[in-house]
Amino acid sequence: MSILVIAELDSHGVKAATRSAITAASQLGEEVHLLLAGSGVEGIAAQVASINGLSKILLADAAEYAHGIAENLTPLLVQLAPSYSAIVAAATSFGKNLLPRAAALLDVAMVSEVIQIIDATTFVRPMYAGNLNATVKAPAGLRILTIRPTVFEAAAAEGGSAVVENIAAAAYEGDTGKATWVSRDLVQLDRPELATARVVISGGRSLGSAEGFSATLTPLADVLGAAIGATRAAVDAGMAPNDSQVGQTGTVVAPELYIAFGVSGAAQHVGGIKDSKVIVAVNHDADAPIFQVADYGLVADLFTVIPELTAALKG
Amino acid sequence: MKILVHIKRVVDYQIRPRPTQDGKDVELTNVKMSINPFDENAVEGAVRLKEAGVATEVVVVAVGTAANQDVLRHALAMGADRAILVETPAVVQPLAAAKYLKAIVEREAPQLVLTGKQAIDDDAAETAQMVSALLNWPQATFASKIDIADGKALVVREIDGGQETLSLSLPAVVSVDLRLNEPRFIKLPALMMAKKKPIETLPAAEFAIAAPALEILNIAEPPARKPGKILNSVAELVAALRAEKVVS
Repeated sequence: MSILVIAELDSHGVKAATRSAITAASQLGEEVHLLLAGSGVEGIAAQVASINGLSKILLADAAEYAHGIAENLTPLLVQLAPSYSAIVAAATSFGKNLLPRAAALLDVAMVSEVIQIIDATTFVRPMYAGNLNATVKAPAGLRILTIRPTVFEAAAAEGGSAVVENIAAAAYEGDTGKATWVSRDLVQLDRPELATARVVISGGRSLGSAEGFSATLTPLADVLGAAIGATRAAVDAGMAPNDSQVGQTGTVVAPELYIAFGVSGAAQHVGGIKDSKVIVAVNHDADAPIFQVADYGLVADLFTVIPELTAALKG
Repeated sequence: MKILVHIKRVVDYQIRPRPTQDGKDVELTNVKMSINPFDENAVEGAVRLKEAGVATEVVVVAVGTAANQDVLRHALAMGADRAILVETPAVVQPLAAAKYLKAIVEREAPQLVLTGKQAIDDDAAETAQMVSALLNWPQATFASKIDIADGKALVVREIDGGQETLSLSLPAVVSVDLRLNEPRFIKLPALMMAKKKPIETLPAAEFAIAAPALEILNIAEPPARKPGKILNSVAELVAALRAEKVVS
């Protein structure tokens, strides 16, 4: 038997999170195949075939697989499942939307957001916003997992030579027509993606306004090549876009350097940053809980610290 | 249109949970419990659809121990019409919850099932997708906006990097994000009124449902980070970051 990884696509090809899922799948000790399902994806099959660690690409190219609609992809997964001992995807909004739907139809108790693979059936996953870790054993038979992409290094994009097998014709079940994709509105970023950035700087509500948020943090982010994150409070106040929220209900990050400006450090936020290599907190409140997880803290006004820090790092 | 809202009773979000002594479970003795915050958004969303004349009835459902009565009362006080408790001896995992929920949906025949996008205890984010699959209904997860018109639900979803809009044919299942709304504050008269609203209790045994479940081997706090240092100046910070080799 083998492991099936589900590829998540964007306009550039396969997302880095999928390559993390391939790394995790490799740890299960069997051959790893990749399901590349989408519309007009034939062109990227060759590119995907060179990802290290894959032995086969299942290419399912059909109009109804466009936009990653779960209702249309699930029948394909159910059909492929008997040939596999595990189905794995990254715990992104795509993977979290799709895999539970397949798990229910296959009557499998799935394991979500795996952060450690102990053996082929034993996994560690976070609960309670990362305050607790549970070690769980999946029942015998098919395993269905989403893995947290920040804890598994992305498989190298080069070095593999998987065979490509076209399965679209065999698997075609037709568009279920129950859910129709209308539109997608992606925030255009000219800086690294939050989930995979090497450096992340983030701000809380004390930045004051949307203009203030951007004007204060952007120069430092530019110097550091950093992604910009935000707390829920800052997002709710309309100071930063929703998808910049870091924490239990937003994006979980684990960069080499995380700098929190004016962030108090609620458990829901800390749960999303605590695997960062170095955490720095700048807050004028010396009692802010963020200082309990910070490697380096500065009790100071962020509006004076940020320009000073930007200047120091430039020079 | 009838809306069914699935809610869960969880450790209050402000409480820091601890493992039990044997490390097999989470300590729940004398711990403040509340309605799962995302489920509160789902109840609020349903009640607003009723107030807008879109929905005619809002039924809340919990699957769990008898203690769930309190969160069902909370939902009734927010404006739900009646409540159903599927009473199980212990907290159930998402696949089992989805199967019980499917049985209730088949009995109640709602046009829309709403629930939170995830419960803040197990953080699984699975139940909505699972019940949707079992019913063979369309799903929209992580919803921040729901419009019902012409037998369809137009749903805006929060996705990585932005938002996506889906059109679902009804009946459908929608799991909601915190952005959907700001749940109302419950006033005392509403709380008193809620005591008169019915809660129907159905023992789990009536359903004869079996679901595979994960075996929990251990629950523990993650390894603690090493204690940090408070620095005195930006210069010290820059020096520290250079020493860590995280900035150039």
